[in-house]
Amino acid sequence: MNMIVTTASPATSNGTTSMPNGTTRPQVRIVIVGHVDHGKSTLVGRLLHETGSLPEGKLEMLKAVSARRGMPFEWSFLLDALQTERDQGITIDTTQIRFRTNSRDIVLIDAPGHAEFLRNMITGASQADGAVLIIDALEGVRDQTRRHGYLLHLLGVKQVAIVVNKMDRVDFAADRFRAISDEISAHLEGLGMAPTAIIPISARDGDGVAERTDRIGWYKGPTVVEALDRLEPARPLEALALRLPVQAIYKFDDRRIVAGRIESGSLKAGDEIVIMPAGKIAKIRTVESWPVTPIAGRQGAGRSVGITLDRELFVERGDIIAHTGTAPRETRRLRARIFWLHDKPLAKGDQLLVRCGPKESRATVVAIEKAVDPGELSSTENKAIGRNHVGEIDISLSNPIATDPYTENPRTGRLVIEVSGRIAGGGLVLSVDAGQRAVPVDIVPVESALRLDERSARYRHNGAVVWLTGLPASGKSTLAKALERRLFTNGGSPILLDGDTLRAGLNSDLGFSTADRSENIRRLAEVATHLARNGYIAIVAAVSPAREDRATARRIADTTFREIHVATPAAVCEERDPKGHYKKARAGALAAFTGIGNDYETPQAAELVIDTSARTVSDATGEIERMLKATGVLFDEMVDLAANI
Amino acid sequence: MDHLDQLEAQSIYIFREAFARLKKIALLWSLGKDSNVMIWLARKAFFGRMPFPALHVDTGKKFAEMYRFRDHYGKEWELDLRVEPCPPIDAVDPTLPPAARSAARKTEGLKMALAKFGFDGLIAGIRRDEEATRAKERVFSPRGLEGNWDVRDQPPEFWDQFNASPPPGAHLRIHPILHWTEADIWAYTKRENIPIIPLYLSQNGKRYRSLGDSDITFPVNSTASNIDEILIELEQTKVPERAGRALDHETEDAFERLRVAGYL
Repeated sequence: MNMIVTTASPATSNGTTSMPNGTTRPQVRIVIVGHVDHGKSTLVGRLLHETGSLPEGKLEMLKAVSARRGMPFEWSFLLDALQTERDQGITIDTTQIRFRTNSRDIVLIDAPGHAEFLRNMITGASQADGAVLIIDALEGVRDQTRRHGYLLHLLGVKQVAIVVNKMDRVDFAADRFRAISDEISAHLEGLGMAPTAIIPISARDGDGVAERTDRIGWYKGPTVVEALDRLEPARPLEALALRLPVQAIYKFDDRRIVAGRIESGSLKAGDEIVIMPAGKIAKIRTVESWPVTPIAGRQGAGRSVGITLDRELFVERGDIIAHTGTAPRETRRLRARIFWLHDKPLAKGDQLLVRCGPKESRATVVAIEKAVDPGELSSTENKAIGRNHVGEIDISLSNPIATDPYTENPRTGRLVIEVSGRIAGGGLVLSVDAGQRAVPVDIVPVESALRLDERSARYRHNGAVVWLTGLPASGKSTLAKALERRLFTNGGSPILLDGDTLRAGLNSDLGFSTADRSENIRRLAEVATHLARNGYIAIVAAVSPAREDRATARRIADTTFREIHVATPAAVCEERDPKGHYKKARAGALAAFTGIGNDYETPQAAELVIDTSARTVSDATGEIERMLKATGVLFDEMVDLAANI
Repeated sequence: MDHLDQLEAQSIYIFREAFARLKKIALLWSLGKDSNVMIWLARKAFFGRMPFPALHVDTGKKFAEMYRFRDHYGKEWELDLRVEPCPPIDAVDPTLPPAARSAARKTEGLKMALAKFGFDGLIAGIRRDEEATRAKERVFSPRGLEGNWDVRDQPPEFWDQFNASPPPGAHLRIHPILHWTEADIWAYTKRENIPIIPLYLSQNGKRYRSLGDSDITFPVNSTASNIDEILIELEQTKVPERAGRALDHETEDAFERLRVAGYL
């Protein structure tokens, strides 16, 4: 046998393409959408040409084809490879093409613009990290423009650049460009979206695509290529709670392997997990793989894994595995915002099949709460959701499912609807009604316009709750302030939450009874976790003497939680006594004061223990930083990507 | 996770969905670089063994090296290998150009194998970047009773939710490496140490970028004698991957006509 044996190559960093010359470049998938005939295919053809991405002879071949047909050459022919399309002059389906800008590998998903082909646009756009919405300068914003804008929002595509094409047809008039800019901006802002750029171009002639020509001399913003160069690839959602939807259980040998893809969070052998919706608890015994098994180390979001459990439990496809304390909610009733693609409108009482990840359940539409055509300027409310329209519905499920509102988890908080074995619509879980109430509670958290990875790329850290616990005067606040200053100096985004500060405002209704203390800690943890989920490092300095309360905080903050026990000896603390509390307590004038009794419960599993009596503040701060690096909160030094280009 | 990790995780997800949702599936093994990567990914998905057959629809005209590879690795990888023959050339649409007509034998062979075993899903190693009509494919792609593909009426497919309920008698094509590129295939082959057929490496200034039937497949000019050199070559080349596949270039729509009729 003459077989070639090769050697393994080292892995590269996150979300990038590894190049043979050793550089790494982010890969970004984009979709170009907009009204039919506004010039999508022309722009794509032009982009490929401007970035030198066309295969040899392709342009010449197409020019020859045009000549044979006695037609002028069109850039859009590049994509319309199918005979049928060239005959009809329309783009039929999603095509994926690659090209490069200065610092990005772009995968371009060409989505068609005809109304009847909306399902193809959705298929394409659902895979995109960013979008270009194209508008004809002469025709302006049309219903399909608005519809596509709305669908980008529903599909969760947040980075949208607007391109005003065919400027040559309006004599490159700046005021026409501005009028369209204002109109589309207003529409997108109404959906909570902000365009990353609005660019005047002529795709046919090339103005604004790769260079700013004199004809658009009044425009100072980025070209299309520059705007694409600034897009960020989507990152897996490691910072959220663990969600491992079960795809299957395999018994190919003596192992019983639970297989699925980690949609968010991370796991490792030894973790205690809960299987939802049944709520059964087990520990992960091993993480299995091939050719090497089992594998040690934490497995993060995006990985397809297989795990074995420490006990025989009934697990089935569609279950969701989570960490205890941060499990998804089990429900038979949910509210969703959906888009509808089926010919027959969706109405109250309809029976459907709902898929939430690998889970499927029969369902009934209990109510249509909203039904609109997103293309219409003045949306008229309807009783049923027609084809290519959107709406909000209330669904009752025949089996309980475990899910999250999409604002808490964009991966698990989405569903598709099937009619007669074919996908007919999809949408976002707005709220989950875990109770038996007839009317669902209408709490729909508003999500941030920024993505976590946008923040972490800027701050060079992930969100975290750094919880400093210890006796009064042990040095928690001093350390917290020093850490805040150091993180901020390094470009990070820390926020200090001092227990006493919150007690002065938010928690002013609370006293010092055991119950009130627990509630004080719970609120601190909730506020800190909200900040951490939004990319901040929330530094909490609170005595938090009760182990159970700290465990509650850890449950709330989940994987973002880092506990630091400031373990300065009690005698040293009492000697310091900066607030005079010890003195008052000794005099009996301060009830329920932690420190001189034995009521401080020492942490057993803190990420870090620091005794401030034996070291400088700067040393201790450095030690906290090292722990934050080692546990994946702070990123290592910036890699200079530009140096490799 | 690096780029290859992401591709791998996505492909494994697709394999597991196909295995969970369909009753009787098989993997189409054409013995080339793509389907070898595919088998590797299947073994990753199912922890070492592929729990469904590898189907080789044999035109009888592959290169000798390919047959040697099949026989050796079919055993080593413990595949449930099914080799099915193709009908003679006279049985194929005479209006197709010569090379396409030759390739169309495989379409007929495939239909016969489908009828024989009753598979409801066939896993195929096509990639979006290979060729313009393949770019339009879905991951789960329904095929009519004749095995044909209706490009105008494809179901929506988003958020990794796949249409896996073909009408009775029809079947699905499943494309686990649709999102990979030629360079991805080579980078992964190198990283995972997957064996390859030596025809892909340069000999006397030529190598094959794509392997098909020996009478309608031609090598390209190349000095790349190992995978690293192939990757560097792919960085720089503007020659399309299937340049050496005669059937793509006979007429403008030859390849599309093949695909609509059920060719991969």
